[in-house]
Amino acid sequence: MKITDIIRFAFRASTGYPTRTLLMLLAMAIGVGSVVILSTLGEGARSYVVGQFSSLGTNLLIVLPGRSETVGGPPPLLGITPRDLTLDDAMALQRSSAIKYVAPIALGAAPASWGGREREVTILGSTPHLFQVRQLTMALGRFLPEGDASRAASVCVLGYKIKQELFGNASALGEPIRIGDRRFRVVGVLAKKGQSVGMDMGDVVIIPVASAQALFNSASLFRIMIEANDRDAIVRAKETVLRIIRERHDGDDDITVISQDAVLATFDRIFTALTLTVAGIAAISLAVAGILIMNVMLIAVSQRRAEVGLLKAIGAPGGQIMALFLAESAILSIIGAALGLLLAAAGTWILTQIFPDFPLIVPLWSLWAAVGVSVATGLVFGVLPARRAARLNPVLSLSRR
Amino acid sequence: MISLSRIRREFQVGDERVLALRDVDLTVDTGEYIAIMGPSGSGKSTLLNMIGLLDRPDSGTYLLEGEDMTTLNDKQQAALRRHKIGFVFQFFHLVPRMSAAENIELPMMLAGFEAGERKRRVHEALEAFGLTNRARHRPDQLSGGQRQRVAIARATIMQPHILLADEPTGNLDRVSGKDVIDILEALNQKNITLIMVTHDPELGRRAKRQIHMVDGRIDSDR
Ligand SMILES: Nc1ncnc2c1ncn2[C@@H]1O[C@H](COP(=O)(O)OP(=O)(O)OP(=O)(O)O)[C@@H](O)[C@H]1O
Ligand SMILES: [Mg+2]
Repeated sequence: MKITDIIRFAFRASTGYPTRTLLMLLAMAIGVGSVVILSTLGEGARSYVVGQFSSLGTNLLIVLPGRSETVGGPPPLLGITPRDLTLDDAMALQRSSAIKYVAPIALGAAPASWGGREREVTILGSTPHLFQVRQLTMALGRFLPEGDASRAASVCVLGYKIKQELFGNASALGEPIRIGDRRFRVVGVLAKKGQSVGMDMGDVVIIPVASAQALFNSASLFRIMIEANDRDAIVRAKETVLRIIRERHDGDDDITVISQDAVLATFDRIFTALTLTVAGIAAISLAVAGILIMNVMLIAVSQRRAEVGLLKAIGAPGGQIMALFLAESAILSIIGAALGLLLAAAGTWILTQIFPDFPLIVPLWSLWAAVGVSVATGLVFGVLPARRAARLNPVLSLSRR
Repeated sequence: MISLSRIRREFQVGDERVLALRDVDLTVDTGEYIAIMGPSGSGKSTLLNMIGLLDRPDSGTYLLEGEDMTTLNDKQQAALRRHKIGFVFQFFHLVPRMSAAENIELPMMLAGFEAGERKRRVHEALEAFGLTNRARHRPDQLSGGQRQRVAIARATIMQPHILLADEPTGNLDRVSGKDVIDILEALNQKNITLIMVTHDPELGRRAKRQIHMVDGRIDSDR
């Protein structure tokens, strides 16, 4: 029997029973579609997070107070709280040749007001180097002025959103605003920039770190952000930071230094695992589709018993009948997979309409995997019904017993 | 040349054994016209299926043109059914989704014939059986007599040596039944061995040789 005849026969057989065929196609399409869409979402989430972290800045190190990793050894004595990071700690780090910029950060919230408008804002105390470290851009004016970091100058830089909310369309440059019980002169407004992880830079007021410490009456820093000289200097910079702080903190390792690379790599791993998990769960629906195929094909075989008997009577050997029924389930799963890909394309299109900022990338492997698995499922689950057909007793199938 | 000797076929029905064929001996020469008759359950269909290689005996030997059939595997038997044997059934057994022409073409499709040859033979057969203007009709659009003619065309399209018909007129009225018998007899004239099971004594009398079966045995053979 010719292969084209097998395909035509199987195709005609499946279109002969439209309801069951549509059901099978639907199940297969949903399975394939969900694998592709879910892995696309996972992949999109991964690249979104990675992109966000990259936009934090390059060659970045973040110094946090307190140890968050354990490296073995005896546990620290109870009751010893980690020393705070101070401005002097931050200044000391500037000595290192591996480090380009150091931006200490003090964080807090306070009410800010101008001309009768008031709102609670996030106050970020830092130094001019924050500008380079976070790769900020100005819309108007300039950033914090250079100078002694321990001097509490009364100037501030507004995030884009804060400027809109306090000033509207009025000019903000040179205007005095009240933050807490102090007055600050606006020297600049940040340009509108996409959100980046941890902090919306449109929604902050930046003031000199010493002013922030005075405002919140606290000498401790939230964290220190560091830009290493270049990629190769990251490891060296990290070691230097640990060494300098250890010296300053009486030999205690009571800080954590996170490098952006490590964070990125971790997120990358987490999201890849997540994508695979979600795709795997979706693949279960493919297995369900396979079982449906098997069921429907079993019904088809018993509906078409007389036909199988006839085929045998006119000279079809068991293998040929098996091939005909296998071809039928293979054709159904291939068409189902194709429909599933269309479904996925439509789904991704709708998602991009709803979340235009979210990067949706269909991973190529998911296409191959979904189609491959669905065709394999069709064949594997088609074997049992096909074998049953091939083994039917022709005399019994043809008689109306 | 068909030669059956001591063919036995048993069926297990619950606890009971039913002997459908009790050591049947039968020899049929090429070109013969045989009617098999007998009461219901006497083993007529079982004998026909045995000859047509749709069933295997529990014991005994079956030689078809000198070749032992009982030792052949499924595939070899299928090949013989394809090329040497044609079946005609009481219930036609046409594939419902296929047109008359496609039903007739089916054995050649299974045998892997070229499209041109298939078309030529189908065309000839449609003409020979007076079905030309019914070629594209599906079985449910055909009368019983037309359906049986399609079935006969399908059974003979591979030019078999033997034609086996199990009550071919059982589902037809007298007129179309007569038609079908005429066609079968005309085929027999062209030296095809015709073996037909029938309940109709009048039809049976037309055959040159009549076999009566009773309870799995050949009771008379004239
Ligand atoms: N697959 C089977 N399983 C059990 N018993 C069977 C089977 N096939 C045939 N028989 C039995 O074998 C005997 C002969 O059956 P067969 O069909 O050959 O009779 P028949 O002469 O063709 O009858 P009818 O004229 O009713 O068609 C019957 O008793 C029948 O019940
Ligand atoms: Mg019978």
